[in-house]
Amino acid sequence: MKKIQILGTGCAKCSNLAAVADEAAKALGVPYELTKVTEMRQIMSFRVMSTPALVVDGVVKLSGRVPSLDEAKQLIG
Amino acid sequence: MRSSSSPQPPSERRSSAEGCCCARSGAAPARSAAGLVTPLRLALAAAAVVTWWLVYRNLAGFSAWLTYNALGLSRGSQLGASVEFFLYDTPKVLLLLVLVVFGVGVVRTFFTPERTRALLAGRRESVGNVLAALLGTVTPFCSCSAVPLFIGFVTAGVPLGVTFSFLISAPMVNEVALVLLFGMFGWQVAALYLGTGLLVAIAAGWTLGRLKLERHVEPWVFENLSRGSAAAGAEGVAGAMPWADRLRAGATAVREIVGKVWLYVLLGIAVGAGIHGYVPENLMASIMGRDAWWSVPLAVLLGVPMYANAAGIIPVVQALLGKGAALGTVLAFMMAVIALSLPEAIILRQVLRPRLIATFFGIVAAGILLVGYLFNWLL
Repeated sequence: MKKIQILGTGCAKCSNLAAVADEAAKALGVPYELTKVTEMRQIMSFRVMSTPALVVDGVVKLSGRVPSLDEAKQLIG
Repeated sequence: MRSSSSPQPPSERRSSAEGCCCARSGAAPARSAAGLVTPLRLALAAAAVVTWWLVYRNLAGFSAWLTYNALGLSRGSQLGASVEFFLYDTPKVLLLLVLVVFGVGVVRTFFTPERTRALLAGRRESVGNVLAALLGTVTPFCSCSAVPLFIGFVTAGVPLGVTFSFLISAPMVNEVALVLLFGMFGWQVAALYLGTGLLVAIAAGWTLGRLKLERHVEPWVFENLSRGSAAAGAEGVAGAMPWADRLRAGATAVREIVGKVWLYVLLGIAVGAGIHGYVPENLMASIMGRDAWWSVPLAVLLGVPMYANAAGIIPVVQALLGKGAALGTVLAFMMAVIALSLPEAIILRQVLRPRLIATFFGIVAAGILLVGYLFNWLL
């Protein structure tokens, strides 16, 4: 089970990132759980400096931008 | 998909969404063979630059020809003056915008927030303030990332005042503002804005550093320090980016930023064109001219609660200047609108106590006020 987390306080880019990550994970066909982390203290515990950020199994894969679907697949898979 | 359970006040959530300008991102470096720099691509790029230059150089003649010959408007008429202004300024500003946004998009790939933090950590205050203000102009930043960035800086040992210099300069001195000022008022006004914007960021940050306000930062910011780092993956990504990806980042910046502001630019120039042709000179002179001493504080007071991006505010600036308002007053108004906003204050409330936010806004507003008076007095 892959644990995918989207860090972000709820701006438009955060929802875009969540949508791309969701699509990528579905395309990969692995079991996954996608969570949005919107609380600032929780976000900061990952030590990112810009949002939105993509976290897979506790590791920050990307921050500050929305990846393409292909890139998201690479990051998650 | 479920949402994290931790509650957040609705007001904060709304404002952070609103404050999320975030068009400035390093764009997707999907590393693929298609991104290689080939002779064909180089030739295409060179052709694009030459075309750009030729079009830019010939705009004035072309817009005049289009207005007076093709459309048959008479020279010296009010409608003719308006139409020519619109037909000249719209492509000019859009061309400049595309070029500069592309360039800045490429430059930004060299300055990730992480690298900027490494450059600033442990700096002495005076040097640090100058460096932070300069880096603020080239580091990708958006107001919805203000809090992570603030915490990232402060916990890495960047002094509070230096962090503020960055937070002031990043939104205030931005490429869209500079392009529009350059396109509509010439390089002198753009340079003035750049210089004074940096100066306000440096001086206000330095002053805030002197005041020793660390105890007004919410304590949980520092609690974060003790916890282990989990984000090694996000750092150092930018260092090894190939040039094809940097150029693609520039193209993405153009798509995102120009795609968002072109309508404002068009509307603004249309308003400007109307003013250019129809509104009598000196209409604003009595209200916002340099003789009215209270006009500068009024401009700042009006500007702070307003929230607009540079593209939205410059048409207003154009209108005010066109009707005889003083340059210092107008610059102060523009700086207050772009640099200080209520959404930003609400976002920063998560990490700063109200007293520190008030001090922050007060000092920046005072700096802007001084800039306004200085230019009204000088020019």
